[in-house]
Amino acid sequence: MSAQHPPSAGHTVAETAPLALEVRDLLTRFVTKRVALTAVDGISIAVRRGRIMALVGESGSGKSVTGLSIMGLIDPPGQIAGGEVRVGGQRFDVTDDRQMRRLRGNRLAMIFQDPMMTLNPVLRISRQMTEAITTHHPEVTRAEARARAHSALALVGIPSPRERLDNFPHQLSGGMRQRVAIATALLNNPEVIIADEPTTALDVTIQSQILYEVERVCETHGTAFVWITHDLSVVANLAHDVTVMYAGRIVETGPVRDVLENPLHPYTRGLIDSVPDIDIRKGKLIPIAGMTPQLADLPQGCKFAPRCPLRVPECAAEPPLVTRADGRAVRCVRPLDTEPPR
Amino acid sequence: MTLFIFRRVLQGALVIFMMSLVVFVGIYQIGNPIDILINPEAPPRVRQEVIERLGLDQPLPTQYLRFVLGALQGDLGDSYVYNVPAFSLIAKALPATLELAFAGLLLAIVLGVPLGMWAGYRPEHWSSKAIMGVSILGFSLPTFWVGLMMIVIFSVELRWLPSGGRGETASLFGIHFSFLTWNGLTHLLLPALNLALFKLGLVIRLVRASMQEVLKQDFIRFARAKGLPQRVVVGVHAFRNILLPLTTILGLEFGSLVAFAVVTETIFAWPGMGTLIIKSISVLDRPVIVAYLMMTAFLFVIINLLVDIAYSLLDPRVRLGEEQG
Repeated sequence: MSAQHPPSAGHTVAETAPLALEVRDLLTRFVTKRVALTAVDGISIAVRRGRIMALVGESGSGKSVTGLSIMGLIDPPGQIAGGEVRVGGQRFDVTDDRQMRRLRGNRLAMIFQDPMMTLNPVLRISRQMTEAITTHHPEVTRAEARARAHSALALVGIPSPRERLDNFPHQLSGGMRQRVAIATALLNNPEVIIADEPTTALDVTIQSQILYEVERVCETHGTAFVWITHDLSVVANLAHDVTVMYAGRIVETGPVRDVLENPLHPYTRGLIDSVPDIDIRKGKLIPIAGMTPQLADLPQGCKFAPRCPLRVPECAAEPPLVTRADGRAVRCVRPLDTEPPR
Repeated sequence: MTLFIFRRVLQGALVIFMMSLVVFVGIYQIGNPIDILINPEAPPRVRQEVIERLGLDQPLPTQYLRFVLGALQGDLGDSYVYNVPAFSLIAKALPATLELAFAGLLLAIVLGVPLGMWAGYRPEHWSSKAIMGVSILGFSLPTFWVGLMMIVIFSVELRWLPSGGRGETASLFGIHFSFLTWNGLTHLLLPALNLALFKLGLVIRLVRASMQEVLKQDFIRFARAKGLPQRVVVGVHAFRNILLPLTTILGLEFGSLVAFAVVTETIFAWPGMGTLIIKSISVLDRPVIVAYLMMTAFLFVIINLLVDIAYSLLDPRVRLGEEQG
C-alpha cells in the first residue's frame, strides 16, 4: 500500500517529548462462573505528548477492551487483573473508581465509535458539554463553562456553535455529533485522548475533515492520542506510531512508516495485503486465511500460527515480544526481515 | 402544536360520541328499572305514569336523541333514584375518586421509580431480587383481598389507621379534599396504597426493564467517560430516558386506576364515583350509569391528550405536528 505521509507527522513533534500515557502489562479478564477469559494479555504502550499511536487489529483482537481498560470503564464480568497506567508520569490505579473518575474526562478523555449513539438524546448539547467541565471544576460558573464549550465547538470546526449549544443531538448530523464528542473530550484540555474507531461510522469526506481537526489539535495542544482502528489507510495518514494487536497481545509495534513499509510480523503483512488499493492495476487482494480465534479456544504457542503462511515447528512455543535495536518490537520466532534458513 | 390539539379534540369528540352510542344502547338492553323502582303492588295507572314521566315508553332512537340533545346542553338526565341531575351526582363524587386515583398514582411513582431504578441498576443484588419478588405479589394478589387484609391488619388488629370513609376534609377552590387534613390523610393512606399496589408492581417492572436497556447505551458510557459521578450518570442521564416510556404507560394506566377505584372504594367505603356506580347499577339507575361511563370516557380522552403533550416536552425528538395523525 502507498503510505503517503503528511509532511507534518513525525517531524514537528520531538520524539523525546515527555510521555503522556504509559501503560504497563495491562491484563483484562472476563470472569464468569465457569470460565475466565483473558481479553487483554499484558499490553504495554507508551505515547509521548503530541503523538498519535494507532492501535490496530481485527475485530476481537482486544483493541477496544484495551482502550476501555485504560479508562477504567470495564464493566463486570470484565475486570482489570493487573498492570498500571501512568498519565503525565503519575501512576493511577485502574481498579480504583474514585481515582479513575477524577482522571476521566479531565486528564484522560475518550471518544467512541458511533456518533449517533454517543450523545444523550434527551439532553441539550450545552448540558452534555458543560457538565464535563463543572464535574471536575466545580468553581467554574455556568456562563464560563458555556463559553468554554462554545470555543471548543468552534475549535473542531462546527459552524454557528452558539446555536448548536442549544440543539438536541437529533438536530445534528453524524459528523457534527462526532465533532461535538471530540469537542467534549477536549474541554478540560486532556493529556491523552483515546479514540475508539471514531471515524468508522462516517463518510470518507467527513472522516478526512475530522482527521484533519484531530491532527491540528494534536499539534497545537500537544494532546496524545491512542487511535483504535482497523483502517490502515487512516493509520498511514494520521498516526506516528502503530501497535498491532492479535488475540489480546501486541504482535508488533514501531514507527508507522517502518511498520507499514517493512512489516516484521506475518500478521501485520497480512493486514496490509488485505487493504483494497484505489489503483486498480495493483491486482487482487490477499486475505488472511481463517478467522480470529475465540478467546475461549486460543491455540497453544503463537496465537497466529494456525493462520500463518510461514509457520515453522518452533511456533509451537509462544515467542516473547522482543524489542530490537531500532526501537521496533515484534513477537515472532522468525520476523519477516530475517533470512530464511538454508 | 395548535393543529395537533385541534385534531385530537375532534378525535376525542368522535370517541365520546361512539361511546355514548354503545353505552346507551348497551344499558337499555339490561333489565327494566321500573321493576326495581316501583313497588310491584302499585296500581298499573301509577306504573304507567312513572314510565311516561321517565320517557321509557318512547322507542330507543327517540330516547337516544333526547339524551344527546340534553347532553349537548350539559344535561345527562335526572337520576331515577335521587331525582337530581345525574351529572351533579357524578360531579360531586368525582373529586373523591380523582383524589384517590392521584394518591394511588403518586404512591406507585414515588415508591416504584426508585425501587425499579435500583433493581435495574444492580440486578444481581439480593435486594433487587427481593424487590422483583414483591412486585410479582403486587400484581398477582387480588386487589379486594389485599384491601380486606389491610383493614384487618392496620385497622382492626393494630388500630393504626381508620378502615373507611374520607375523614375530615378541607376545602380548596370550593372542592373538598381529604389530603389537606391529618385525619383525612390517615383515611386516604390505606385505600391509596391498596389502589397503588397493582400499579406499583407494573412501575417497578417497567422502570427496571427501561433502566437495564438504557444503561447499555453508548451515551451512558460516554457520560461515564466524562468522569461524571455515578449518581449523575444514573440520576440524570439514565433517568431522563426512562421518563419517556414511564409517561406513556402511566397515562394509560391512570384511566384504569379510576376504573379500578370501584373495587377499592367499595371496600374502604370511599364516597367516590365507584361507590356511586355500584349503587346505581344495583338499582339500574340508568342516567347515573350512563353519566359515569361518559365521564370516564371523557377522562381517558383528556389524559391521553395530556400524555401526548407531556411526551413532546420530555422527548425533543417528538414534534407534535403535521407528521402525527
